[in-house]
Amino acid sequence: MPFTEEKLNELKEITKDLRRSILKMTHAAASGHPGGSLSAVEILTVLYFAIMKYDARNPNWNERDRMVISKGHSTPLVYSILAKAGYYKGDDLLTFRQLGSPYQGHIDRLKAPGIETSTGSLGHGTSFAVGAALGCRLDKLNNRIYLLQSDGELQEGSSWEAIMSASHYHLGNLTAIVDRNRIQLDGWTEETLALEPINKKFEAFGWHVQETDGHNLNQIYDAILKTHEIGPKENKPCVIIAHTVKGKGVSFMEDQVKWHGIAPNDDELKKALQELG
Amino acid sequence: MPWHVSTNMGVTKDMPWHVSNMGATVTEKKESIATRVAYGKALLELGKENPNIVVLDADLSGSTQTKFFAKEFPERFFNMGIAEQNMIGVAAGLSSTGKIPFASSFAMFACGRAWEFVRNSVCHNMFNVKICATHAGLTVGEDGGSHQIIEDLAIMRAIPHMTVIVPADATEAKLATRAIASFFGPVYMRLGRSNVPVLFDEKKFEFKIGKAQIIKSGIDVSVFACGVMVSRALWAAEILQNEGISTEIINVSTIKPLDKETILASVQKTGCAVTCEEHNIHGGLGDAIASVLTENHPIPMKKTGVMDQFGQSGKSDELLVHYGLTKEKIAEAAREVIKRKLIN
Repeated sequence: MPFTEEKLNELKEITKDLRRSILKMTHAAASGHPGGSLSAVEILTVLYFAIMKYDARNPNWNERDRMVISKGHSTPLVYSILAKAGYYKGDDLLTFRQLGSPYQGHIDRLKAPGIETSTGSLGHGTSFAVGAALGCRLDKLNNRIYLLQSDGELQEGSSWEAIMSASHYHLGNLTAIVDRNRIQLDGWTEETLALEPINKKFEAFGWHVQETDGHNLNQIYDAILKTHEIGPKENKPCVIIAHTVKGKGVSFMEDQVKWHGIAPNDDELKKALQELG
Repeated sequence: MPWHVSTNMGVTKDMPWHVSNMGATVTEKKESIATRVAYGKALLELGKENPNIVVLDADLSGSTQTKFFAKEFPERFFNMGIAEQNMIGVAAGLSSTGKIPFASSFAMFACGRAWEFVRNSVCHNMFNVKICATHAGLTVGEDGGSHQIIEDLAIMRAIPHMTVIVPADATEAKLATRAIASFFGPVYMRLGRSNVPVLFDEKKFEFKIGKAQIIKSGIDVSVFACGVMVSRALWAAEILQNEGISTEIINVSTIKPLDKETILASVQKTGCAVTCEEHNIHGGLGDAIASVLTENHPIPMKKTGVMDQFGQSGKSDELLVHYGLTKEKIAEAAREVIKRKLIN
């Protein structure tokens, strides 16, 4: 069922705020990863503001849904959304990547609340999510484990060890979302080390697979809700391949490899913020 | 003073050391048990006591001895297949839900193959994961060089947040297993495949993480040993005693954090030191002790261990002899450092 117009507008406003924050944080740090943060804005917005149960004042609440960010370089997005979700005020987000800042270059669970596991080295989040799903199931918790993967990190062999183990252990409480923005640091994924067919690979590994437009809030929402049904019913982990655009929302960043890991300068920030309105 | 009466650390008395011509030992009266066996039994006990204990293995549960836990608690045992990186990452995830995961495989794979997961998923996150790896060192035996990890202490102790433990015998392995279960933080425990003499009497022996034990007092030389080399050090002390040399033997079962106090107190008395480990001479116990000594109390010191070589197939006792991990070599090193001390 689609969002009401009011809810949709609210979520859209959030995505705009997040994009502004991502640009300002990377600009202030003069480094960071804007491209892959901008591509996952809608995915995390739906999860944090329409789906997940959590208590920002009690980040370790046992029955919370677990959001595992395996693409640990998408820090500007993660820290911005955690601030928006109330984990912290966020008035110091511009200290991002500076010495002593809680907002590290890659997410660090020991330095800021709301982070399930520190990642950055690619592939780790997937194994972690499998472990968290097993642990929550042992405790018979009524919660879900959400996993955000980048597409490039599926080149890490350990990702497939973890993907294999998730279906072996029938982790119906696990929903993975692949941010399929098609670009990694050196270029297009298909030119660097081809990933396709991702859907068939997941299917062959025993997962339920959906594909969606990763910037369409309603579609993301529906796809995630479907995993809530299918996962427990079929006793299998579910993945959503979210087709996205790297650098989404800023015309000169979209689909541009170079915006994987560089920050906008003063002029570029100004131009980007103007575009976002 | 004979070593077996000089201590209250519970070293078993009247141990008849029968020294074979290979330099290795078989005791007639005393038991010889592999540390991995003691680990497997302790894990089973812990499983009964604490429902939060979970165990992971990578297709080696028969060898690592986690099979006993697996049989008793199938719902808390996870065979992760031949995929050690994922096993360590999954253990981190389990620990995030309050479980106490024990992850076992051969040390070569749990440390070597999965090192970056140990570093980033476990230690950088400060997750409460216990990596209890068996078949470490040359005493793997016949499997040969590909399986005989002699670098594990170096690569594990190099990681911040990590605690590194090498039990010397079955008694210590059992008590250490229990101790690390109730200690919060990442731990690497090195266990062996082959039988080793039971040195310590469980009723008297106390194991404390971070505490080295003087198991024989002496005044002429300090011999720091861990794992299988502790028994060799004791035999070396017998040789030296016949020459009128009084050896102090310290079981350094916690490699990290190192018990600097006990180490320095010993060398301040003896004035020279020998280290003994079934590990490459680079990066292990010897280098850890050398750091403490050079920074605090520089004295003549000699490391014994594997001389930066890979192992090969053979019987475990034969391999220890072939690579110079014997009582004779320890005694030789002791004489050398004593001589250097006297020249100084």
